[in-house]
Amino acid sequence: MIRVDEKGFYGKFGGAYIPEMLHPNIEELRDNYEAIVASEDFQKEFQMLLKDFVGRPTPLYFGSRLSEKYGAKIYLKREDLCHTGAHKVNNTIGQIILAKKLGKKRIIAETGAGQHGVATATVCALMGMDCTVYMGELDIQRQRPNVERMKILGAKVVPATSGSKTLKDATNEAMRQWINNPVDTHYIIGSVVGPHPYPEMVARFQSVISEEIKWQLKEKEGRENPDAVIACVGGGSNAAGAFYHYYNTPEVRLIAAEAAGLGVSSGKSAATTALGTPGILHGSKTLLMQTEDGQVVEPHSISAGLDYPGIGPVHAHLFDIGRGEFVAVEDEDAMKAGIELSRLEGIIPAIETAHALHALNMIEFRKDDVIVINLSGRGDKDLDTYIKWGNY
Amino acid sequence: MNRIHSLFKNKQERVLSIYFTAGFPKLEDTLSIMEAIQAGGADIIEIGVPYSDPIADGPTIQDSNQIALENGMSLKKLFQQLEGFRSKIELPVVLMGYLNPIIQYGMEAFCKKCQEVGIDGLILPDLPMQQYLDEFKSVFEQYGLVNTFLISPQTSEKRILEIDQNTDGFIYMVSSHSITGAKSGISEEQISYFKRVQEMGLKNPRLIGFGISDAETFSTASKYSHGAIIGSAFIKTVKDSKNLNQDIQAYLQSVLN
Ligand SMILES: Cc1ncc(COP(=O)(O)O)c(C=O)c1O
Repeated sequence: MIRVDEKGFYGKFGGAYIPEMLHPNIEELRDNYEAIVASEDFQKEFQMLLKDFVGRPTPLYFGSRLSEKYGAKIYLKREDLCHTGAHKVNNTIGQIILAKKLGKKRIIAETGAGQHGVATATVCALMGMDCTVYMGELDIQRQRPNVERMKILGAKVVPATSGSKTLKDATNEAMRQWINNPVDTHYIIGSVVGPHPYPEMVARFQSVISEEIKWQLKEKEGRENPDAVIACVGGGSNAAGAFYHYYNTPEVRLIAAEAAGLGVSSGKSAATTALGTPGILHGSKTLLMQTEDGQVVEPHSISAGLDYPGIGPVHAHLFDIGRGEFVAVEDEDAMKAGIELSRLEGIIPAIETAHALHALNMIEFRKDDVIVINLSGRGDKDLDTYIKWGNY
Repeated sequence: MNRIHSLFKNKQERVLSIYFTAGFPKLEDTLSIMEAIQAGGADIIEIGVPYSDPIADGPTIQDSNQIALENGMSLKKLFQQLEGFRSKIELPVVLMGYLNPIIQYGMEAFCKKCQEVGIDGLILPDLPMQQYLDEFKSVFEQYGLVNTFLISPQTSEKRILEIDQNTDGFIYMVSSHSITGAKSGISEEQISYFKRVQEMGLKNPRLIGFGISDAETFSTASKYSHGAIIGSAFIKTVKDSKNLNQDIQAYLQSVLN
């Protein structure tokens, strides 16, 4: 059975390794979120906003030309059609309603690709809440359009200038600012990472993805369970959402695509399960890329959203027990897969998502297998990177 | 007897603890800094083990961590440097560090090594009390290491009492809602928090840290506790120093007088 235990662990991974200064915040969340999320009030507002604001359910689209090319029945779960352009907003809608019910006045968030930052800025505008987003200086440069979107939405974007100047450092900075503002501020974490209860809470908000896949696939194929679900993994929130209702259905293969950067053994990679060992990062025990001395290694990926040296504890667990199949996709292959989808199906995917698409070349499957790929986001934010790469 | 226990047995006020980052400003400065802190009249030495992602620290200590790592500091290296330091240093010495490097070293191997070189206690800010009790308490005790917990203005009275039950060295009172970093002055709000905890009659002595930087903040903090901890302000002192011994002693005198 894959599920979080009462101490916040998935098998060996998870927990809440946080400085005492954050204890009251985490305790407040842990003690209240389940009851709030289960309440009729919350559910009514959450469902209404997912439908009318986000545009759910997102379509489950049969990609006929992609299917023909790979010799399988390939469905695309169109999270790219969510308002703001990625799955991230499912989580921010949930957390903003929660923050309001907890009486919080200010929101902080970290962001890598800027999708979570935009999704957070969006829901803050929606609810009239003050919003500050921490973003690595390097990511601010490579995801310019998203920085401007956040500003248009009224959020403050603060550069994180330490370390690799990417997602890990933005997360450090957000945690520090939460320590500095513990009373009126809620921290909206953007993936299934961080101290318990964040990983499970974020996964639940994202689980709407697999909930919909089930009935949509039933309609189209007469069965709820595909042979495989494929998703990319940065921290792992879109993957957790797409896997959630299949965790305990062993006949559904769960395939997670990590970023291999310039190659798993190039020293410029973010392939956490390939290179990582158990350790503690951002409040949970998980797999992470680190030196022998326990210093966190600076990752590399062409996609800002996958440029993270760890993964959520649930994914470390799926890897550990062999429930998940992990593949590592290099920058170049992901870019090609992004162009391929654009040409075959008329969809320019986010570069994060393109990693999941390339996994089709890395796994064995039978002809006529039903495969669902979680199309986590659209490529508008990545035009600069596509243009710079130039190979199209 | 553990040196931390002997210290508080003999001294209950104006206890001064100094934090520095091992490997900063230069890799091999560790022992000379410790000697200067002792000569300058401080009571406890806190050695920071540098980490790539210090989430409870402000810019000054973050920078010192990064530079120390670039200089080549590691736990292994630090233990080599600490080999034999007890022939020169009598003060209680505490290691302060984030959990991950210690877990990679191995908690038991780490505690054993601490005892061998002569460390008295540990401050691991991202080790929560429950995890400590569940996983590590017995190892700490086996190797005679005193564990120190932090509390902040947000910590509930109930939890302070629990923390007091589960430690026997001292309690580290974080002075405000904040990460480390030298600020100016101590506010009324902070003082009422200091008083509130002072009146709880805890069994452990309390040291106030974060934002303590000079004679005035040290004296104010000491009025409501057994003493205070200086970190960022000390790091700033050693950062640009051309003569560590002289500058450290001058700085400590300015705080203690
Ligand atoms: C489109 C898209 N997909 C995937 C990710 C990776 O995040 P996660 O692994 O949490 O889904 C991001 C992160 O920014 C993203 O923008």
